[in-house]
Amino acid sequence: MKSFRFITIVSALLIAAAAQAQTVMIRHAQVYTMDRQGTLDNTDVLIAGGRIQQIGKDLALPQGDAKVIDAAGRPLTPGFFAGIGSIGIEEVSAVEPSVDSGLALKEMRPEFDVTTAYNPNSSLVPVTRIEGFTFTLLGAGASGTIIGGQGRVVELDGGYRSFIGNPVLYVNVGRDASKLSGNSRAGQWMLLNQALAEAQKPPAANEARLMTRNGQKTLAEYTKKPMKTVFNADRASDILEVLRFAEKHGLNPVISGGNQAWMVAQQLAAAGVPVLLDPLADLPINFDDVGSRMDNAALLAAAGVVVAVSGDDSHNARKQRQMAGNAVSYGLPHEAGLAALTSNPADIFDVGDRQGHIRRGMPANVVLWSGDPLEVTSAADLVIINGKPEPMVSRQTKLRDRYLQRNPAMPRAYIKP
Amino acid sequence: MHPKHLLGLLAMLAINPAAADMANPYPSTYKPLPSEPTLITHATILTGTGERLADASLLMANGKIAFVGQGDAPAGVRTIDASGEWVTPGLIDVHSHLGVYASPSVDSLADGNEMTNPVTPNVWAEHSIWPQDPGFGRALAGGITTLQVLPGSGNLFGGRGVTLKNVYSTSYQGMKFPSAPYGLKMACGENPKRVYGERKQMPSTRMGNMAMYREEWIAAQRYIDEWAAYDKKAAAGDKDATPPKRDLKMETLAAALKGEILVHMHCYRADEMMTVLDMAKEFGYKVTAFHHAVEAYKIADKLAENGVCAAMWADWWGFKMEAYDGIQENIAMVDRPQGSCAIVHSDSAEGIQRLNQEAAKAMTRGQRAGIDIEPERAIRWLTANPAKALGIAGSTGTLEAGKMADVVIWNGTPFSVYAKAKKVFIDGALVFDRDDPDRQPESDFELGQLQGVAK
Repeated sequence: MKSFRFITIVSALLIAAAAQAQTVMIRHAQVYTMDRQGTLDNTDVLIAGGRIQQIGKDLALPQGDAKVIDAAGRPLTPGFFAGIGSIGIEEVSAVEPSVDSGLALKEMRPEFDVTTAYNPNSSLVPVTRIEGFTFTLLGAGASGTIIGGQGRVVELDGGYRSFIGNPVLYVNVGRDASKLSGNSRAGQWMLLNQALAEAQKPPAANEARLMTRNGQKTLAEYTKKPMKTVFNADRASDILEVLRFAEKHGLNPVISGGNQAWMVAQQLAAAGVPVLLDPLADLPINFDDVGSRMDNAALLAAAGVVVAVSGDDSHNARKQRQMAGNAVSYGLPHEAGLAALTSNPADIFDVGDRQGHIRRGMPANVVLWSGDPLEVTSAADLVIINGKPEPMVSRQTKLRDRYLQRNPAMPRAYIKP
Repeated sequence: MHPKHLLGLLAMLAINPAAADMANPYPSTYKPLPSEPTLITHATILTGTGERLADASLLMANGKIAFVGQGDAPAGVRTIDASGEWVTPGLIDVHSHLGVYASPSVDSLADGNEMTNPVTPNVWAEHSIWPQDPGFGRALAGGITTLQVLPGSGNLFGGRGVTLKNVYSTSYQGMKFPSAPYGLKMACGENPKRVYGERKQMPSTRMGNMAMYREEWIAAQRYIDEWAAYDKKAAAGDKDATPPKRDLKMETLAAALKGEILVHMHCYRADEMMTVLDMAKEFGYKVTAFHHAVEAYKIADKLAENGVCAAMWADWWGFKMEAYDGIQENIAMVDRPQGSCAIVHSDSAEGIQRLNQEAAKAMTRGQRAGIDIEPERAIRWLTANPAKALGIAGSTGTLEAGKMADVVIWNGTPFSVYAKAKKVFIDGALVFDRDDPDRQPESDFELGQLQGVAK
């Protein structure tokens, strides 16, 4: 009995290893390494054992089974970043029991860790992955307090624990947080200063406190590098206040939103603070957004700010590509547009050793595109995630294939593509 | 309008001179802006009729399209060399909330949905429009020349929609598309049942939705009958005949039953659209277009058979249960049958700025699924087809001699993320020019903001 179980385990491991270790040779690609090698024309990339083994011209095919793909000049990029969102923690936005991205408690709970709710079997994972997206940052939002809690980068390979990098803390400032801080954004800084003081020196038993002991410990972690705190802020004055506050407490801030960031591009560049933005935000949706403009990304990048794309829609995270394309259309250099979806977000969140680059020895997270990766008339032809070619099937492709067939004799429930 | 209805209307006017004002109490004051005869040459032209013309010319004069095709250019006309550029009809968005859910989206300007009663055909979106919404100008920069502004979808009968020319004016009347019929916004499914169900009020179910539509249609039929009986008596010289009491709700519903107001119905699920089509038969009215129609691909043949348009997004899905089955091939699959009427709509102040990109995505997904769609066909999704759904296809939506000169010059193919509208003409007037800041409108709200900020 014992030996039988051993054999079962061994064969299961072998099957898993075979799936992981598939050797893939991509020939004649336009390789956007998003790394020191830059962009390489007519180049081969060899993937084996889940990693990028070689990048070069006319590579020799190794012994054994290898899947050879002729890219015929098509672009090959690192897998794209799906933005900060709720993939795997939200199935249908309006169906409450399927949504775990937000905490509705009133207290300040920085220890709220949304990764414990992550479900890799969500339909959003393959829907997003087959469009060329290999990693996302789980967002955490608390509806009752200005500290949203913690998320983390997750690879969209379907694993239950595919988290990489360090946890990330979210803080909301500006208009939306105002009602959570006594109806004044000045109240936000008052509360945040109090919270940071409490994290550094826990109050005595008889003193008022904002957080649990666990929350205080969590918050204290974020005053150490390389832990990142994402501040959701749009107004220029709020962004400057984030810089002051972070400097004072030793936080490592990232701006998310940043609709008026172009106005303080020099200060952001000087502080080395990156911005995650939605390049399509060009309307004064609120007073914090007056002056929003299509060339926000271009202006920031020109000033030396590291920019990444992050829209706010998890279901349609695939639109990130179009967003970057529009930023390019409004002055962001094309390569910078690609960086905003690959190397920049990977490096901002310290996962550049696994995502965002095509580099020898790195896990193979690459996408072969039918044309310009930022163009709306292009699509992902092949997605390789952690060395594994993606079958390019989602619930949506199955629905499509079920209904593409005309006038079936039996109900479509019998068509199972 | 059906000739029969026109006759009926004329008969009513003959009897009651006040009826003219009653029928149109907030008339359009739109006047085309100043224009000069303009010739566009050497362009790739997508006519909106299904054709692509290479190295072609388009002449605009007196606000109308005078000529499209190859031929000798008339002398002494302002000429724009559009070599390498593409020309399309002005884009039309059949589903917008600009002005009624304006930017900034503060409560004070949220006027799009009278969610105090599930039956509000008496409200008119135009009475909520804030003409200073900066969104109109952004949409213009995206080539939008005409749009329908609709009430929201919280109610079963949301109210009247209005079709606008996308020009800035101090009043909405100054934007109102002359002689366009009104729309009636109706809504299926989750929104009405959620809004009222949460208040423990009818409707809280889909069957409740249906029961309430049907009761209102029955009341509207009765209203039509009462007026007809009165008109008959009055025409016969009966001095004692008293007119029925005017009812704003019933006026709108009666006009919808008669086909004078076009029914635009927010509906996601295929099965619900099928139910609504039966209801339209039951009461003898026509659904002009299903809006959002996330599952329209499941009933593409039925929609085409019934001559019903579907106005859709390229890729939205999953934000609520009835949007769970959204697929990126929806528009292309709805477009596939003979006699179809697929429309790309926005329902979004962001999306309306890039309807061309939405169409490009939908076209691409269709092509990748093996459906052959060329740009000259796909452009109809945002020009000729929405014009048809708005009842204005006789005057705009295609580039044909005699039609309004609503025209966009693009920097290249509009089916690209890098496409930009270079020049936009409405009734022949240059209302947007990407290279000329003096021809880029700015709303009152944005004027003078951010003093001292280096732009």
